[in-house]
Amino acid sequence: MEGHLNLTLKIWRQKNTQTAGKFETYQVSGISTDMSFLEMIDVLNNRLIEEGDDPVAFDHDCREGICGMCSMYINGRPHGPNRGVTTCQLHMRSFKDGETITVEPWRASAFPVIKDLVVNRSAFDRIIAAGGFISVNTGNAQDANNLPINKDNADDAFAAAACIGCGACVAACKNASAMLFTSAKISQLALLPQGQIEAATRAQAMVAQMDEEGFGACSNTGACEAECPKGISIENIARMNREYFSATFSSK
Amino acid sequence: MATTGLFLISFLIVHCGLNATIFLNDGGAAFNEGAEFMGTNPIIRTMEIVLFAGLLLHIVDGLRLWLDNKKKRPVAYAVVDGAANSKWYSRSMGLLGTLLLLFLIIHLKHFWYFSRLTNDLTEAHTLYNEMQIVFESPIVVIIYVLGCISLGYHLLHGFQSAFQSLGWNHPKYAPTIKSIGAIYAVVISATFASMPIAFYFHLIH
Ligand code: HEM
Ligand code: FES
Repeated sequence: MEGHLNLTLKIWRQKNTQTAGKFETYQVSGISTDMSFLEMIDVLNNRLIEEGDDPVAFDHDCREGICGMCSMYINGRPHGPNRGVTTCQLHMRSFKDGETITVEPWRASAFPVIKDLVVNRSAFDRIIAAGGFISVNTGNAQDANNLPINKDNADDAFAAAACIGCGACVAACKNASAMLFTSAKISQLALLPQGQIEAATRAQAMVAQMDEEGFGACSNTGACEAECPKGISIENIARMNREYFSATFSSK
Repeated sequence: MATTGLFLISFLIVHCGLNATIFLNDGGAAFNEGAEFMGTNPIIRTMEIVLFAGLLLHIVDGLRLWLDNKKKRPVAYAVVDGAANSKWYSRSMGLLGTLLLLFLIIHLKHFWYFSRLTNDLTEAHTLYNEMQIVFESPIVVIIYVLGCISLGYHLLHGFQSAFQSLGWNHPKYAPTIKSIGAIYAVVISATFASMPIAFYFHLIH
């Protein structure tokens, strides 16, 4: 049943990458419990615009949990209190009337704040560009049945490919490590026959880029897996470590 | 990190097993015999150097990792709900390790320094006698118990973490590794902690 909430919002406001930010406190009232968290921010922003203030900048696109753009650190957790959902899928019924909600951007030196809650995640693009590709022949695609694939491997590759690159793993990790993201992008190719051509160098190249971007090292707390909206498993990190070790031994 | 950690884990089995002979209630005869062997056998003395090298490597590596990782989030979150996604001891390995280091300095001063660097170790004043003397102090006993608790939590995360770091995470074996790690951490730290307590309350003779 639809209810209505009055809330206090503490939101991080920051003009640009160069200036220091600070928290601003806003009151919102009559928020429907059926709204998504982003719609609640929309309500606040409409009011800020009417009052001639600068609306809160935040990333969003699909609003259905598939694009990975939304990125809010809500009450100490990426994507808020629920497991397996992105901020755009988080409903206001997960909050209590009168609650104070603290909203922060992802915080990592590799994800500099662009404005307010928007961070620059292009480091992820550069990690993928470093090795997240396969070689294919031009011309007609061959018959898919020519490539027999073990069912377990297909399932694991598909599960890894569910990563939407939102960066919640980095945001959740006490070391701001990008190992879960990078390992998912490596696994989805390492498990399939098409990924074998670059297998010997892929893990090395992507891990090197990951380090260069300034992400931390993994200490296996498992926070990333627990907070990932797509349930990506840290088994992928172990697979990446295996790929990395064997690449280190075999590469020229 | 993982290789040196597992190496230290294997050492602790030997160390804990040998020390547990004090519970035989033979006035420390078996223990002193073992300690004598460990102090004179050339292979063991060589391993002692490897052990110190491994420990040093682990400490340097660990502290460097800890400090490096701290720098990756220059602006801290105002609110962090860590308990929602991970165990406190998995997030506190640097702190637990530092407590262990402080404990180890005290511990080495007590027994390693006594047996290796002084001439006080005699037939009449054995390592067992030295333990009896050292553990008369309640403060020392408390420091040792706290050291063992730090060790227990460090290992509770460290044991299974080392396997994950080495890439050994398999759905068939991971649950077993986790269970063995938990049993190892509890048994080792509890056995070690019981030693100063037993001496202090004169439960062994
Ligand atoms: C003496 C001081 C010690 C210090 C300063 C220390 C420090 C550390 C640190 C900082 C880590 C990294 C954990 C992380 O990043 O989450 C670690 C991991 C570990 N430590 Fe220690 N430690 C010490 C002693 C020991 C001892 C005595 C043992 C075992 C007998 C041990 C076994 C392990 C294991 C197995 C790991 C996990 C390695 C991995 O996940 O790859 N440590 N230690
Ligand atoms: S806006 Fe696309 S996942 Fe949230």
